[in-house]
Amino acid sequence: MQISGLAFNYKNLYYLKKNLNFSAQSIDMRIVPFIISAALTTGLVAVLNTPLSVGKTKTPRLGYFLSPQQGFWQNAEPENKSFDANIVVDGLQDKVEVLMDERLVPHIYANNDNDAYYTQGFLHAKFRLWQMEFQTYVAAGRLSEIVGPDRIATDRFFRRLGMLEGAEATMKKMANNPALQAAVTSYANGVNAYIKSLQPSQIPFEYKLLDYKPEAWTPIKTYLFLMFMSYDLTGRGTTTDLQMTNSKNYFGYEDFNKLYTNVQDSLDPIIPKGTLYEKASVAALAPASLDSLYFAKTSSVAPNAPEAPNKNNGSNNWAIAGTKTKSGKPILASDPHLGLNLPSLWYEVQITTPTHSTYGASFPGSPAVIIGFNDSIAWGVTNAGRDVLDYYDIKFKDTTMEEYWFNGAWQRSVIKEERIKIKGQPDSIDRVAITALGPVMYDKSYNANGSDGKYLAVRWTAQDGSSGLQTFYELNRAKNFDDYMSAIHHWTCPGQNFAFASVSGDIAIKQQGAFVARWNRQGDFIMPGQDSSYLWQGMIPASENPMMKNPERGFVSSANQMSTDSTYPYYLGAANAFPLYRGIIINKKLNAMFGVTPLDVQALQTNNDNIFAEMARPAIFKFLNESSLNADEKKYLGYLRNWNLRNDVDEIGASVFRAIWDSLEVAVWADEFKSAALPLQWPDESTLLEQMLKDSVILFEDNITTPNVRETMVDAVTAAIKKATPQLAQMEKDGTLAWGAYKDTRVNHLLKIPSLSRLHLPIGGGVHIINATTGNHGPSWRMVVHLVDGIEAYGVYPGGQNGNPGSKYYDSFIDSWAAGKYYRLLFLSKEAAKQNSQFKWRLTFTNS
Amino acid sequence: MKFIVAIFLHAFLAFAVGLYSQFPWWLFVGTSGVVAFFIMDSPAKSFFAGFLGVGALWAGLVTGKDLANAHLLSSKVAQILPLGGSYIALIIVTGVVGGLLGGFAALTGAYMPSKSTK
Repeated sequence: MQISGLAFNYKNLYYLKKNLNFSAQSIDMRIVPFIISAALTTGLVAVLNTPLSVGKTKTPRLGYFLSPQQGFWQNAEPENKSFDANIVVDGLQDKVEVLMDERLVPHIYANNDNDAYYTQGFLHAKFRLWQMEFQTYVAAGRLSEIVGPDRIATDRFFRRLGMLEGAEATMKKMANNPALQAAVTSYANGVNAYIKSLQPSQIPFEYKLLDYKPEAWTPIKTYLFLMFMSYDLTGRGTTTDLQMTNSKNYFGYEDFNKLYTNVQDSLDPIIPKGTLYEKASVAALAPASLDSLYFAKTSSVAPNAPEAPNKNNGSNNWAIAGTKTKSGKPILASDPHLGLNLPSLWYEVQITTPTHSTYGASFPGSPAVIIGFNDSIAWGVTNAGRDVLDYYDIKFKDTTMEEYWFNGAWQRSVIKEERIKIKGQPDSIDRVAITALGPVMYDKSYNANGSDGKYLAVRWTAQDGSSGLQTFYELNRAKNFDDYMSAIHHWTCPGQNFAFASVSGDIAIKQQGAFVARWNRQGDFIMPGQDSSYLWQGMIPASENPMMKNPERGFVSSANQMSTDSTYPYYLGAANAFPLYRGIIINKKLNAMFGVTPLDVQALQTNNDNIFAEMARPAIFKFLNESSLNADEKKYLGYLRNWNLRNDVDEIGASVFRAIWDSLEVAVWADEFKSAALPLQWPDESTLLEQMLKDSVILFEDNITTPNVRETMVDAVTAAIKKATPQLAQMEKDGTLAWGAYKDTRVNHLLKIPSLSRLHLPIGGGVHIINATTGNHGPSWRMVVHLVDGIEAYGVYPGGQNGNPGSKYYDSFIDSWAAGKYYRLLFLSKEAAKQNSQFKWRLTFTNS
Repeated sequence: MKFIVAIFLHAFLAFAVGLYSQFPWWLFVGTSGVVAFFIMDSPAKSFFAGFLGVGALWAGLVTGKDLANAHLLSSKVAQILPLGGSYIALIIVTGVVGGLLGGFAALTGAYMPSKSTK
């Protein structure tokens, strides 16, 4: 190589010399300015065709990016653009007609199911291609390929978690299911038909910004996306199991058990208290070494996981029976609370074929409708919050990780070499050991400082793959309760509460998933991994999962709280995975409602009553010594006292309450937690509140940094008010004291670019509130379905149908969403749609 | 007259090759060089013809796109780039970038040694 390179250079020099001689002889003196201007032109093209480094980020190739005929200007969609089109593609069996309504929701009318999914794939790609591909890059641990070396830790994390293995296992399971496999393949063909039809100038904006190109879509990408949803809804254990281990080691198990108690006095479970359960058919026996190896203090770990799903990932859903509604027909409501992003996670669609007619929110990246309704039933989901992810402490023979000690012998592990491509750098190889207890997440090469030299294998039900898509496929077609039950029976991960209502009058809810039969506290901490005694002993049969049909009280509901009381014969997992308060207020309100209309349900879904504050405010005043407060402190206390307990946009009391409560948590816990010097999760807010309500001794009320003084809860409350006051005064000065400004809700672009995001949205709500909107998180799709004949449905999500930031449909629903307004969902036959003035465009798809 | 014709040719050919987005975006550098080579004006005039031809083309095309789009995307990009969110600044920058490339390409074409100049 080197030699020939030299030879080449030498030859070049030779020609250059010859040229110079030649030009000198031909005496054209313009050769010098020619060379200079040619060099300038070439240099200018080169600079404008190269991403330049600005600080830590890189610019796009500026010339390309600004080029009118190729660059971003091509993505500036005309305001009055017509979406009418006759599209000719390969691979359809028959002609497909799509009618687009004024909100850019496609209504797909196809003569067979596969053509419908083909078209859905095409439309997802047409309006959301960048996002759907980006999400699967993240899931597959390929982010570095697009954004460069900054995200290698994230890529290694997802690869080590077994995302690709889970997606591959799902794909294998699909082989037993030809109809669904055909649906996923048709969907992929539709996506690829769009990619193929795409002129380079028309690729979505973000590709131009980050300077890469779409690649072909494959079914595995659909499964990777579904793996990402499993991670988003069950992956918190990757962080919390480590933090809980640290807490147990720091406080000792006895105190730990009080701080992170599994007893929630105010719990109103999904299945009402007092329900009788059969004895467990799968016994989970705790190992004999429990006290010495598990509950005892072990060594602590402090890896910095590059990613962790949001703690508030959760949802509300409920179904109200005809006995409580004005029409006599059921009403179902569902609103999944997830990270709020642009382009949105959701895309509305109607799919009508001879086998079914379904409307709802779909995932760009997957065929079928995920949360929606058809002409007979409606369904909605909330997260079950059950623990399906555990860590095992593995003993390897040496650092090669080729053999590990298990059940009294050295076992061989499988070593997998993960090749991570990195933009602008050579590939990096990550060496991952896979054991019978799962792939090793933390080892000497990944977060070694934090994991204290330990090897931690991660076992997660999602790694086994899932036939979950079958659930949605069947729900899309379900006619009645029995169809619903058989559909959700396929569901494994993430565990979900499926609410159901039918035109025929049934309502039901079932918590469904592949749940581990656990002994008490199994998997809350890192488990010993040297023998089988700590392994999962079995899964709970689906027939024993909590469920309820047509209850006397006339409604079913769920809001991520514990599904049952403590008489349920299986361990549900640590209680800090189950928020308490939304469930309490939803049930309280539903109990009191009669003659319910869809409008009432919309009002409930967007309700801003703060039940947590309703319980906490008297507790604060109980421990208050007002005489020690100055005038300013008393002023803000007055706001709290006079507050109407609603977290509406303009409420000042809501901000005052939040500031004081946060300060109170700090006053009680910070002294102990700071001295731990380890990443610990703070106890839930309910832990402190329930102790204050009970009048019992309050844990850690004494401030340990003042050894000569014994503080009480009264001191803590006073300190909290004194600490919150200057902060509140500053906000009042800045004009950000009203709750909407304090909370400052935004919908971020997936790349967190501010100008592509929507900031400072005027919306109320918050944690513990039915309208669970926090800073960058909240109701990601609000749906209300009235199960009358023909269906009356309403919905809205914080985004828009077109993922292109240059389209007016990019964020067109956000203002309605923030204002708590809904759109009437147009669920019509093709003939009716053609007559309807709200339908604007027509796309036909024909085979070439 | 030559100057006017050159401007027109720079713009027209840059537009024509730009229609093929599978080719590199800078292909018009070649066409502008060729235009200047054949039109044979002074280097300064050639430069300005290239600058004005391509610059006006770029600025004109994106102004049309931007008006139809009600400045929606340009205002966002003008915050990313960073031009203080001004779509006008972004249109000017776009025109200048196209203009400079067209100008230098034309200058190169004008200086290109050819038999006729000997």
